[in-house]
Amino acid sequence: MSKTTAPEPRTTRATLTRRTALKGLAGGAALAAAPGWVPYIEAQSSAPLKLGFQVHRTGIGAAYGRWYDRVTTAAAALINEGGGIGGRPVEIVTEDDGTDPKRGAEVVEKLATQHGCDLAFGTLFSHVVMGSAPRAGELKLPYFVVSEGHHVASGRLNRYTLQPGITDVKSQVRAMAPWVTQNLGKKVTMIFPDYAFGHDHRDFFSEAVAAQGGEVIEKIAIPPTESSFTKYFPRIPRGTDVLYHVMVGPGVLTFVKELGEFYGTGARPAIFGFIDSLEAVDIATPGLDFLEGTYFWEGMPRYAPPDASEHEGFYRQRVGVDANGASMSDPKDIATYAHMFGCWETLHVIKAGMEAAGYQGPADRAKLIEAVEAMTGMPESREHPQGDKVFNGRTHQVFGHQFISRVEGARLSVVHKTSIEDGMYPDEVDYTTQPF
Amino acid sequence: MDLGPYLMLASLEGAVGAAVLALTALGLSLVFGVMRIVNVAHGEFYMLGAVLAWWVTSMIGGHPALGFVAAMVVAPLVVGLIAAAAERLVLRRLNYDPEATIVATIGLLYVIQQLALSTYGADARPVPAPIDFRIQFPWFGYSGYKLCVIVASAALMLGVWLVLTRTRAGLMMRATQYDPETARAFAIPVGRVYAGVFAAGAMLAALGAVLIVPIQQAHYLMGHDPLLLSFIVVIIGGLGSLRGTVLAAVIIGMSDGIISVFFSPTLAKILATLLVAFVLVWRPTGLFGARAA
Repeated sequence: MSKTTAPEPRTTRATLTRRTALKGLAGGAALAAAPGWVPYIEAQSSAPLKLGFQVHRTGIGAAYGRWYDRVTTAAAALINEGGGIGGRPVEIVTEDDGTDPKRGAEVVEKLATQHGCDLAFGTLFSHVVMGSAPRAGELKLPYFVVSEGHHVASGRLNRYTLQPGITDVKSQVRAMAPWVTQNLGKKVTMIFPDYAFGHDHRDFFSEAVAAQGGEVIEKIAIPPTESSFTKYFPRIPRGTDVLYHVMVGPGVLTFVKELGEFYGTGARPAIFGFIDSLEAVDIATPGLDFLEGTYFWEGMPRYAPPDASEHEGFYRQRVGVDANGASMSDPKDIATYAHMFGCWETLHVIKAGMEAAGYQGPADRAKLIEAVEAMTGMPESREHPQGDKVFNGRTHQVFGHQFISRVEGARLSVVHKTSIEDGMYPDEVDYTTQPF
Repeated sequence: MDLGPYLMLASLEGAVGAAVLALTALGLSLVFGVMRIVNVAHGEFYMLGAVLAWWVTSMIGGHPALGFVAAMVVAPLVVGLIAAAAERLVLRRLNYDPEATIVATIGLLYVIQQLALSTYGADARPVPAPIDFRIQFPWFGYSGYKLCVIVASAALMLGVWLVLTRTRAGLMMRATQYDPETARAFAIPVGRVYAGVFAAGAMLAALGAVLIVPIQQAHYLMGHDPLLLSFIVVIIGGLGSLRGTVLAAVIIGMSDGIISVFFSPTLAKILATLLVAFVLVWRPTGLFGARAA
């Protein structure tokens, strides 16, 4: 201060009253005390990168949230052990969104403005993604969802929203429809939750089955808050070859149990389900024995397959899951293994993207998006333990392998693995043409 | 599925719903009838019953029936104690003022719900059914336990009716309901009757929850639906009328089951709410409610 005032010492001295001196002191103290101020001035490149983690800690997505949280913590620890991102440590800032779309948008805002995060990631439930992504776009905050919904690739979101860690429903059902119609039957009845995620299943699986010469003969939509399911089962038509089910939320165990009670020992169609109906649920639970011989889609096999790669084993060990898909510390605590790898892979994509973009701070957010958009092949590795993938920068969506498993002896055994090409479909959007 | 079996399944589902609803709504109706207060936290007492049932059954090993019987005893008792404490510490201090108690019980709702969330957690946890058998009809299978729920609920309601009409405690409650001033003049400890009734109402909700928890799962948000349906039942049946409550629970439960099966669950809820509107317009005291003095 004395340097700048030096040319006119007299006038300065005259105006420097006790009041202004106190003001200056207070202002200086406030600046020094402002969070993050000092480290940014002194050593910008060593300050931790703040990654905002939007998690379903409460509400209907809580079981997924618990495991997304554990996987995220494990991935961040691994990244920090390896020197962080571009030499800077990673700090995960966690906020619960209560699996609620309105709260989700508030969480995005809180992560961006209050915590000053560099980006946000981790949202799973599709209605929360739909509620939160527009706010992330307005705030120009890179938003990496781990959701499976088709909303990213459908073009309904924005340039700041990406899904590089998990495949979408459209790709999943297109990859599996040929196997289902060829091995289980052509007349399908679908049971799905009555909101965006379930509608993706309804629309894209019907389309994919029709392309295989099959037909969806009944579509049973169930409200997401439903707690009793028996009343829906009489709507399953007699001529059904395959019953296709995908359920989410706290009622999933009731759903499968009641399905078993309904069919009992009588004749039943072949059953093909999404593991979502049983995520975080032990297959050996009493009442689920009827699932023996039925099939499930898995994003990543819950029970370690005999031919699992070393990367799969490394990942399984680091996230604390045993060979049966349960927590190493509590065998009753079943993982959401078919989905949670998405958080691990997303964090590693973020690391690769930030390093490629030479990311320094929020001013480089657009560079980060461009760096991720430029990605293509992702080989199977520690960073991608679920398997190799192909990223489509135009649609912001990743493509990968899917698994079909059969319940044998109250365990899931993989019977079919789709190729990446099986799940490909024509682009519906080109986000790279949108301005930042 | 043919119409006959279809209707049979719908009626069975409706009967299970009605049985549990009747118990829960009976608790709400009892509290309103005797104390003239609307307990918005009723659904949370229900949730608490289910959570405690999970807790008790997971503490006790051995055959699932052992844990379940223990839960049938412990869960309502603990919920009753909590309700009695809430009555003493909150409602009594508000002099049972109708508006103030509504606000206070809304507060209670959030306190209980958030306490359950922070201690029990956000997961839905299953409780094993005490008996595990399936009845195989020619057209579909049905859970034997669900049929037991109907029987157990009917027995419990019979018990409530006997207590109210045949015991000294029931006489005190009825006297307090009829006229608290006169009851006090006849040396009935109205304050203690209030505490007892509030506890008993919460215990009925907890019993309903213990019965349902092997079918559904214990979850901290499970109190919403029973609260809403209980209000619908109590309004249709007539506030404070036990006969009306049971009848309305059967009507709402059965129609919910049957309409849900044949049409959609949303339509069932719409019709139930419409029925409430009609009752409020044409018969504001409900089917069996006493006319306002």
